[in-house]
Amino acid sequence: MSKKAAALLFCILVVSCLAGCGSDSGKKKGDGTELLNVSYDPTREFYAEYNEIFNEYWKEKGGSDVTITQSHGGSGSQARSVIEGNEADVVTLALAHDITAIENSGMIEEGWMEELEGNSAPYTSTIVFLVRKGNEKNIKDWDDLVRDGVEVITPNPKTSGGACWNFLAAWAYEQQNGKNQQETEEFLKKLYKNVLVLDSGARGATNTFVENGQGDVLIAWENEAYLSLETHPDEFEIVTPSVSILAQPSVAVVDKNARDHGTEELAKAYLEHLYSDDAQRLAGKHHYRPSNEEILKEFSDKFDLEMNLVTIDEFGGWDEAYETYFQDGAVFDQIYAQ
Amino acid sequence: MEQQIVKVKNKKGVRVIPGFGLSMGVTLAMLGCFILIPLASIFISASKMSFQEFTEVVTSRQVMSGYLVSFSCAFLAALINGVFGLILAWVLVRYEFPGKRIMDGMIELPFALPTAVAGISLTFLYSDQGWIGAAFDKIGISIAYTRIGITIAMVFVGIPFVVRSVQPVLEKLDRQYEEAAMMLGAGRTRTFFKVILPELFPALLAGFGLAFARGIGEYGSVVFIAGNIPFKTQIAPLLIMSKLEQYKYSDATAIALALLLVSFLLMLFINSLQIYMQKFSKA
Repeated sequence: MSKKAAALLFCILVVSCLAGCGSDSGKKKGDGTELLNVSYDPTREFYAEYNEIFNEYWKEKGGSDVTITQSHGGSGSQARSVIEGNEADVVTLALAHDITAIENSGMIEEGWMEELEGNSAPYTSTIVFLVRKGNEKNIKDWDDLVRDGVEVITPNPKTSGGACWNFLAAWAYEQQNGKNQQETEEFLKKLYKNVLVLDSGARGATNTFVENGQGDVLIAWENEAYLSLETHPDEFEIVTPSVSILAQPSVAVVDKNARDHGTEELAKAYLEHLYSDDAQRLAGKHHYRPSNEEILKEFSDKFDLEMNLVTIDEFGGWDEAYETYFQDGAVFDQIYAQ
Repeated sequence: MEQQIVKVKNKKGVRVIPGFGLSMGVTLAMLGCFILIPLASIFISASKMSFQEFTEVVTSRQVMSGYLVSFSCAFLAALINGVFGLILAWVLVRYEFPGKRIMDGMIELPFALPTAVAGISLTFLYSDQGWIGAAFDKIGISIAYTRIGITIAMVFVGIPFVVRSVQPVLEKLDRQYEEAAMMLGAGRTRTFFKVILPELFPALLAGFGLAFARGIGEYGSVVFIAGNIPFKTQIAPLLIMSKLEQYKYSDATAIALALLLVSFLLMLFINSLQIYMQKFSKA
């Protein structure tokens, strides 16, 4: 009797577990008024405000009230969560590379990058330096970072997608100054010799520099540098190097999920509206550079528009750049190879 | 009626939890759903790569150095925990003092605290700008962003294991043995090493093993206090994360699998040692 009971209980447990898993990952057909935006860390405040703007706009257009849920985390791990079954309708991530990874899993249709203007990047940013007030080490440009005694904080490009831009920006500086491949590699080797702490993510690096007082300069995304200025007024300064890279955080509809949820139209409108004047100004307010040139000019006293911004196309696009510099055994690993 | 029921039960033998079959079923289900199946998926995932690919990944220099950092720091941390955990358990069992209950409860905080929070606050304290770190910095020792920092984070997450393993054994330890040893003329040191320690040793070893295993796998708190510099302060779990970040799932599972196998062998060794010690102490 007891053995039968045990067998029965075991079966019930297993079945209920499986059923539990099943209903979780199963298709929840919504009524098309709920939207999940899977994004990365520093966009939290921006999207919280944008969702209100969008809701107004959508209702004006005759749509019903929409509930938009935001999810934030490291860009790479957010992309992985979508691949593994997080039911995102749209993704708004730091790197095209992360969205391409979702595309490779078959959930986003090919050609998402051409769907919206500017490589589907409604707002952009760039890489700048955050230094301590007074800039005692007199850091002005990339070549100041390789000087002896300058301590640099930047996250590890192998664990932080955003940090790849940091590396590429330094690379671009050398290339723009007519250096050849070998000289550039030497330059980066010296730069990373000065790196005191190689945090696993951008937030960790900011924490190391800002809260723990480590290093003389933090290589950071412009929008994140402004966030640090906001939270710690009078402690830091932003220094803009002569050359940097145009960082394009990309957005895309997760076609498969949107189709399942019946939110295709809503999701598309949600992303398209990011290019509206209101949303562009909001991006500027949250320290992202608006992709709309006219509106970008309105922020000319905030952003240094004189910087020479190299695009990822100079590196042959994201996938090629990743392959060349960050793959195992590639340029970045060579820097640390002994 | 009641008598009859008792009789029926007695026929089968009285057990506190009814039914061996039932409880065994639950055990297997739990083990299966939460431990064996997830672990098996690691094996399956890693088996997608050929043996050569597997060895290439796990023996690459960066991965090897990651293992070295993880194992050496975890071992050191477990040793420190063994010594201080024993003292802590001793104080908590043998002495009465105000605030003892609170102190006893605090031992478990490292279990409850999210490891990232622990990592961030430890780094804040032990960096050369922090309260404790600044003092050490004056005598030329930097703690945060070195292997010392990694070890400290591992000590933090591992201490409850040792204290909680030793405590119950110490509570049951009959003080008469100590008194007898003293009466027979053994000094304090001798009493401790010849009478008390052999009794505690199996529990201490178990605690050591748990703390060691926890340290090897620890990620959340260590990444903040480690500088994560390749070949210097990069732990093995960080390399797993970096493989995931590159969407190299099979590489990540390969590193995890190797880590798991080595840890399993170590735990097996520690457990056998413990069983051997137990037999030895009874003989």
